[in-house]
Amino acid sequence: MKLLEVKDVTKRFGGLTANQDVSFSVDSGQVVGLIGPNGAGKTTMFNCVAGFFAPTLGSIVLGGRNIAGLPPEACAKAGVARTFQIARTFTSMTACENVMTAAMLLKHNVGKARHAAMQCLTFANLARFADKPAGSMTISEQRRLAVARALAIEPRILLMDEVMAGLNPSEVREAVEIVLKIKDKGIACLIVEHVLEGIMPIADKIVVLDRGVKIAEGTPAQVSNDPVVITAYLGD
Amino acid sequence: MNKNNIFAALALSVALFLPFVVDASYLNMAILILMAAQVGVSWNIVGGYAGQVSLGHAAFYGLGAYTSTLLLIKFGVNPWLGVLAGGALAALLSLGFGWSCFRLKGHYFAMATIAVAELVQIFFTEWEYGGAAVGLYVPMANQGWLWMNFATKLPYYWLALGLLTLTLLANWWIEHSYLGYYFRAIKDEPDAARSVGVNIARYKQIALSVSAFFTALGGSLYTQKELYIDPNSVLSTALSIKMALVSILGGVGTLFGPLVGAIVLTSIEEFTRIFFGGTGRGTDVIIYASLIIVIAVFYPAGIMGWIRSFKARRAARQDGARQLAAHAASAEAPVQAPAKEMV
Repeated sequence: MKLLEVKDVTKRFGGLTANQDVSFSVDSGQVVGLIGPNGAGKTTMFNCVAGFFAPTLGSIVLGGRNIAGLPPEACAKAGVARTFQIARTFTSMTACENVMTAAMLLKHNVGKARHAAMQCLTFANLARFADKPAGSMTISEQRRLAVARALAIEPRILLMDEVMAGLNPSEVREAVEIVLKIKDKGIACLIVEHVLEGIMPIADKIVVLDRGVKIAEGTPAQVSNDPVVITAYLGD
Repeated sequence: MNKNNIFAALALSVALFLPFVVDASYLNMAILILMAAQVGVSWNIVGGYAGQVSLGHAAFYGLGAYTSTLLLIKFGVNPWLGVLAGGALAALLSLGFGWSCFRLKGHYFAMATIAVAELVQIFFTEWEYGGAAVGLYVPMANQGWLWMNFATKLPYYWLALGLLTLTLLANWWIEHSYLGYYFRAIKDEPDAARSVGVNIARYKQIALSVSAFFTALGGSLYTQKELYIDPNSVLSTALSIKMALVSILGGVGTLFGPLVGAIVLTSIEEFTRIFFGGTGRGTDVIIYASLIIVIAVFYPAGIMGWIRSFKARRAARQDGARQLAAHAASAEAPVQAPAKEMV
């Protein structure tokens, strides 16, 4: 069943076309990787889905509803959660308060939010840091905290922007495990990633962008043997 | 939270006994402190918790003062109602204030708030019906609690204390409700706040409106105490800056920070006046300015932040000592190998 359908999305910034007629879809519970060389338009695409950019043309349909052009807070209410390249945790708060803030989208009740937040923290192996100031956590802990925070809005799809960039191999393993756990919960994941070793083994489908257009789509095996993709990454 | 309660209980009991032990001039200073703290606490809602540094809050203070005074003089409306009307009007007009200023961020927002407040001041300076530059006098015809008008200082002390307590309670409630979390999220990371469903435009405006309401109450109390207002005394930019400074000195985004800041700033203001008299005009401003520099350079988190970091350092030292002791105890039994590692 198609959960998210991106149809012919074009995003222009003045004269610059960052995305040209990009179409792809994400099924319920699927992990989809969005990859491509630098400047391919991955993050622009991602921001269009999350509501931070309004597409110039095209539609983005989530569970039958067109969310293209809605502001981020409305996309969040519709069921789109996201993380950022840098964790962007709320640094004046503890880890638990970070997640509580997100949980309040469902109900403006502090006690209930705390309860929900602890579950999300436990899920991301962060329960022991609950009362630690978010600003004093390591980069990899903060990334996981950002994931826990995103999950607290009980999304239908989670968008992750380079969750594995800059992590050491054991931290990448940890991140991969969490993505698989999220998938087990039935939440779809759309992952923008540079670290191909991390994303290839866990993705159900890979979408490859280059210079703003989709150049390939398929299983990780299909994509990594596609001559067009190899050319895009390695040059002629 | 527990320590906050102890501090609150202590401060309240001191405040309740203070009028019985100090003379009239110190009582007046205490009233000034309470009033400065009250507007600081009000400012702190939008400037501290939500991180939107407004340097135009005098506009709300003046609106409160002018509304209750004009209603009283021109229509004979009871000041208790006038105070509420002033608060409501300030909250309403804060919509326009927010609509025009929240398009900008950071320093640009602060500059826009100065401009809007200046416009309000110019309007009241030119407005004949509102007393223009001459100002307005509150008649002393009806005295007593019913008309919030007294010949002695003491009742104003209780009024100021009551209003400060009310404002602190409102702040405490905000801090512990979802609004407090949303405000801090907006201050820390506005984009991340939006990504978890916080409509930041709406919540910035809510912070501003609540803040404007309480600031206006403070303005109305000022007019009832001083019995005279003019654009310079209730609408000046210097007043806006003082409101911000009280919070920043004490510690932005903390419940009692503005109270601490108000005690320090008002004391400096009053004592320099006492010591230097007419010859020392401007001394308080020099000390203000020096304080701002010291805070900005050494203690950007204010006095409360400084106390907090001091406590954190001590806790870390004790923690380290405990670990060291535990380490030494475990190292005693075998050989000295772990001790070497430590060195």
